[in-house]
Parts: sequence; structure tokens; C-alpha cells
Amino acid sequence: MEAYLDNSATTRTAKEVVDIMTEAMLDNYGNPSSKHMYGVNAEKYVKDAAKIIAGVLKCQEKEILFTSGGTESNNTVIIGGAMANRRRGKHVIVSSVEHSSVKEPFRYLAENGFDVTYLPVDKDGIINPEDVKKALRDDTILVSVMMVNNEVGAVEPVEEIGSIVHEFNKDIIFHVDAIQSFGKYRIIPKKMNIDALSVSGHKIHGPKGTGFLYIRDKVKIRPLILGGGQQKGMRSGTENVPGIAGLGMAVKLAYTDFDEKIARMRQIKNEFVEGVSRIEGTQVNGRTDETSAPHIVSVSFPGVRAEVLLHALEERGIYVSSGSACSSNRPELSSTLQAIGLDKSLLDSTLRFSFCYETTSEEIEYTLEELAKLLPVLRRYTAH
Amino acid sequence: MFKAFLIKYGEIGVKGKNRYLFEDALVNQIKFALKEVEGEFAVTKVDGRIYVQAQSEFDYDETVDALKRVFGIIGICPMVQIEDNGFDDLAATVVEYFKQTYKDMNFTFKVNARRARKNYALDSMQLNAELGHVLLEAFPELKVDVHKPDVLLQVEIRQQINIYSIEIPGPGGMPVGTNGKAMLLLSGGIDSPVAGYMIAKRGVKIDATYFHAPPYTSERAKQKVVDLAKLVARYSGPITLNVVDFTEIQLYIYDQCPHDELTIIMRRYMMKIAEELANQSDCQGLITGESIGQVASQTIKSLYCTNEVCTMPVFRPVIGFDKQEIVDLSEKIGTYETSIQPFEDCCTIFVAKHPVTKPNLNVIKKSELKLAEKIDDMVKKAIDTVEKIEIN
Repeated sequence: MEAYLDNSATTRTAKEVVDIMTEAMLDNYGNPSSKHMYGVNAEKYVKDAAKIIAGVLKCQEKEILFTSGGTESNNTVIIGGAMANRRRGKHVIVSSVEHSSVKEPFRYLAENGFDVTYLPVDKDGIINPEDVKKALRDDTILVSVMMVNNEVGAVEPVEEIGSIVHEFNKDIIFHVDAIQSFGKYRIIPKKMNIDALSVSGHKIHGPKGTGFLYIRDKVKIRPLILGGGQQKGMRSGTENVPGIAGLGMAVKLAYTDFDEKIARMRQIKNEFVEGVSRIEGTQVNGRTDETSAPHIVSVSFPGVRAEVLLHALEERGIYVSSGSACSSNRPELSSTLQAIGLDKSLLDSTLRFSFCYETTSEEIEYTLEELAKLLPVLRRYTAH
Repeated sequence: MFKAFLIKYGEIGVKGKNRYLFEDALVNQIKFALKEVEGEFAVTKVDGRIYVQAQSEFDYDETVDALKRVFGIIGICPMVQIEDNGFDDLAATVVEYFKQTYKDMNFTFKVNARRARKNYALDSMQLNAELGHVLLEAFPELKVDVHKPDVLLQVEIRQQINIYSIEIPGPGGMPVGTNGKAMLLLSGGIDSPVAGYMIAKRGVKIDATYFHAPPYTSERAKQKVVDLAKLVARYSGPITLNVVDFTEIQLYIYDQCPHDELTIIMRRYMMKIAEELANQSDCQGLITGESIGQVASQTIKSLYCTNEVCTMPVFRPVIGFDKQEIVDLSEKIGTYETSIQPFEDCCTIFVAKHPVTKPNLNVIKKSELKLAEKIDDMVKKAIDTVEKIEIN
């Protein structure tokens, strides 16, 4: 039996996504900038994808910028947004539990003369909106907060933070990293006071190397990639037509039978949390109720090295992550887990299990059985 | 311009009646090294010399790099080879050779002509004088120095005429395959690939053994060892890499023996298994990357304890090196970057906080008695189930 429980690292590409990409590559392979029929046919994929996304976000099509993924979306808005608005001020605000693709651009800003305020989180990884209020200044130009934390599945009060930010000053760019939340929540930027929203394709059964950035009309961002002026000059370079077509299809699928899919994930998560809590010597981190993300669970296993448990599970066909996948090949301890005040001894004993609507109860049951068998064995061989 | 190389070899020239064996091994190793290089080559042994001749378009830099990894070569001389079309043609070629090889002619030179074919119209002395004269006319900045020239131009009149003046240093050593075979205990670290390189340099063919402990060591750690074996194989030629599943034995030792002796006992079993695998594949020695005092298991007393299980000689070529010296060598041979990749060390889970640094062999042997019930079966199983990966 196999159980792929690493859907927050990446998901399996949906068949419909592969089909439309194949078509865009084999049949309609034109350059969307070409004036002939092949160009027009290719451009249609881009327009269709923008239309699907705009429909989901209830925004205008021209507010969608296609990128190479979550990392580029985050970099574009943080660096491009700060640079375009730096005459109004040099203060920026970000939470202390962000993904590296947000953390690093902010560090870059700090190195280049910007003043960065980091927002603390509570033991569940959640930001107190009051802290945002306290952090805002007259020279603040950008606030960035992730919606769902990639390591513990905490859901941040972005709507509340958005209204606080905009009440204070409408010109501040409020950016939300929605890479782990898009497809799991209905997100309406206008209603939630969100000025910019980053999304990745491969987290929602789309292709890797695709994503988009929603930028509210009139928000100024300086492009990072210069050249032939594609996408209204915001990101030069021939559009990744097959990728964009696949992304559009993935978005469409994610919001088809949406409530059922989310209910299914939530059900799977509850089964897992209930089962894992019953196993001796486990500790589920953060919230697991309706206020948490439906697809991520962080569990600590005191006395067991995360990497060893990960490989032991792998031997049994169960695939999970230690920390977030992007950082697991560096032997660093997770700053998110540190920020939520996890006991030092547990930092290296924590795994992330993440689900999708394809995850079955049988897979969960199998995983729980194997965990229950493995833990006592592994615990015996811990160095003391 | 260069289409051929003269290969100079050192020690193997003095091996008396066995000389041809060494030369043949060197020819084979050169052919193996050139397999990876773009282009077709002929490698030939003529009149006690080895030539590499390009038979097609080829990449010069890649070829030289490949030859620089062949043990036994002390010098690589890129040559221009021409047919004998009379002295004027030779003189023109030599002038052209200088023009292409040297940008600035502000140096001293000497012509050293040799006539292996005695029917050539001019003798060596005449050739030296005439060619020197032609060069001085073509490049007035040149000066002749017959005692200590900056450039020594070699002109050899054989069936063809060879012209060369550059010698690129080779790695030295002896051709692999001329000095038997040994089993390298290859970990994912910095030291063992260097140790393998050093023994291969003396002409020893190499096989390797890696101890894998899933899930305590990851697939990526194993991949890293495969990558390291490939890097060593660029010098040593093909390697058979034995991957031993060591988990069961490790856990059993952990259960039965005092934890501060774990590493020593573990290493004793590694040596035992490696020796058995070495016997099975006709090796006459073991190679480790141990260096005195580097870690607890490499103190003299620890080495005494681990060595005791082997009857084969154990070669430890980096035994007297400081860590930095080993690092320098690993950078030179190109294994360092791979060695420092961070995968594993789940294996450290089995390392006690305070391992013994002065183990007593009698005490260790007494501890091992506690393993009597199952260990022989486990060792046998580990050897029987070894995974063999051919690296070439």
C-alpha cells in the first residue's frame, strides 16, 4: 500500500491539466505575441486561464499576472512593490512564520535600507491583529502575511488584518501569501482588503513552474523581469502557454465541487488527528479544529529523529515531510516551529502530514497502523 | 593544430622484463579514460613509446584533463605530426608551430633534433643548426640558449616527424591494474575517497564497500556514495560498489553491548564484512580513510582493536595527514564538493555522547560475547544480500 501524504510539498498533476497542456504543446504551440492564427490560438489559453482565475477571485482579468510560481509571485510583490513605493516610506511589516520565499525578499529589503518589523505569533502560530495595529507607522508601505502556514496549518486572520491596514492607510500594499490556502478557501481580495495575492499551480494539482500574482488595479509594482513587454510590461518573456493553460484548468478543478472536496479533506484530517492522538507519545502542534487549514497537520514524536521516522515510513510506502520540503535538504531547524514556541527537543522530531481530496481513509488507517508499530521500535534506539 | 600526444611515463620504464605488462596496462587505462571524451582516438605503443592520436575532431581541453587522470603518466606532450616532405616543409611547419604556440617570442630556445631514421638527408647537428637559423630569421626577438633554454623544441625524425615543446605534468604513479586489487571502505565523508585515490595511484585496482543503514541513513546518503565512487572511478577505472544493509547488525549491537563501545564494535564488524567481500572478489587488501586521532574510533588504541579482526593488510594512506591536508587533496581530485553534501548523518544516532577513546581489546571481546547468539547469522545474511552496483 502507498500513502502520499505530502500534498503541501506538491500534488499529483490532474489528468485534465495534463490533457490541456499536451494540446497546447502539440497543436496550439504558437507564440501568443504572433499575429497569425497560431498566435491567436495560443493567446486564447492565456485569456481563458485569466478568465477562470478572475471568476474565482471575483476580480478583473487584467489584475492577474502569470508567474513561474509562488516564489516569483512573492518576490515580485515584495521587492517590486517596495521599490515602486519607496518614496512614500521605507517601513515594511511581515509575520515571523513566513515561507523562505517571503522571508528572503524581506531580508533583501532590510539589507537595502528598508526597516522591517516582524510580527510575533501565539503558540498556535497565529498573529494577533492588535500587533499589526501597533506596528503600523506613517512611513509603512507594505504589509505581508501568509494566509495558511505551510508547516502547522495555522490560518491567519487576514481579513481582519486587511481592514486594520486599510483603515490606517489605504495606500499601504497588503499582500497575502495564499500558496497553501488557495484552493482550500474562497478568497475574494476586494472583500478582504487584499491588494496582492500569491498563488502556486503545483499545490493544487497544476503543473510545477506555474503560478500567478493578483495585483489590485492601481497598485504600483516595479517589474523584476524586463524585456519584450509581455503581460503589459509586468513580466517580460514569452508566456508559458502550456503552463498557464494547465494552471487555469487546475484552478477550475479546485473550485468545482469545492465544498465537497473541502469537507472530504477535513474529514480525512479529523480521522488522522484523532488516530494519531491515540498513539502514545505523540503531540499534535497547533489547532486542529475548524479554524485550522483542512489539509495540514504537524505532529511531534518526542524521542524520535524526524528524518529517521520519515525514512522508516518511506520504506513502508508512506511519504511525508520533515519541516517544509523546500528546506528539508538543509539541516536547519524550522523557524516557524521555533516561533510557535515548540520545545527545543521537539524541533528535530516533528513531521508534517498533508492531504488532498484524493487521500483515502484507507491510506490514513494504514499510516496510523504503521506509525503505532514503528514508534516503539525507533524510540528504543535513540541515543541518550 | 595538435592532433597527437606523446605520453611520457616514469617508474614503469624501469620494471625490467615486466615492462611490457605495465605499458599494456597504461595503454588500456588511457583508452578507458578517453572513452568519456568527445572524439575518436588511437592509442599505440611504438618503439617503447605511447602515442595518443586523434582520428577525428576532438576537444583538446577535455582530452588533456582525461589524460591528467591516468596514473602512470608523468608527462603529456601535445605534438604536431607531419609526413616527411623535405626540409623546407619541415622548416615552414616549425615556424608555424612557434607562431601558434607562443604569443610573445621574447624567450630563449634550443632545438633538439633526433634522427631515429638515419637515412634523413641532414644529421641531428645540422638539423639543430638549420632549424635554429630558420626560427631566428622568422622571429628576431628569439634568442638561443643551449644550456638553459626557456623552450626546448623537440624534433624527432621517425617514419613521421614529431614536433613538440610543451610537457603537461601527469599524475604520476603506476597504471591501475598492475598492482593487484583492494577493497575500499567508502563512507560518505571526505577521507575515504582520498584514500581510494591514493592507493589507486600506485596501480591498485579498486572495489568499494558502503554500509547502508536504512532508515537511519537515507537514500540520498547512498546516492552520495555512488556519486563519490563515480568520481574515484575517473582515476581508478571501473569499481564494483558493494552496498551492505547494516541496520540489523547495528541495532543488535546497540541492544546487547555497552553504548560507549558501540562505534568500535560496529567498526570491527564492518572490517570483518569488508574483508569477506574482499576475499570473494580477489582483493589482497583493505583501504580505509582513517587518520590517527581524528575521531574517537581512530585513536591508536581504537585502530588496534578494529585492525585485530582482519588478516588482510589494511592500507591507510592518509594515516599521517592532518584534516586540512586531506581536504586539500580532496579538492584537488574533485571529491570535496560531493563529500560535504549534508545528507545523513542519521547514523550519528548510534554514536554515544562519550565513546571510549582507549578501548581495551579484552573488554571489547568480552562485550562481543553477548552477540554470540545471532551475530554470525546476521553477518552471513548481510554478505549474502549485498547489493552490487557497477560503477564505470
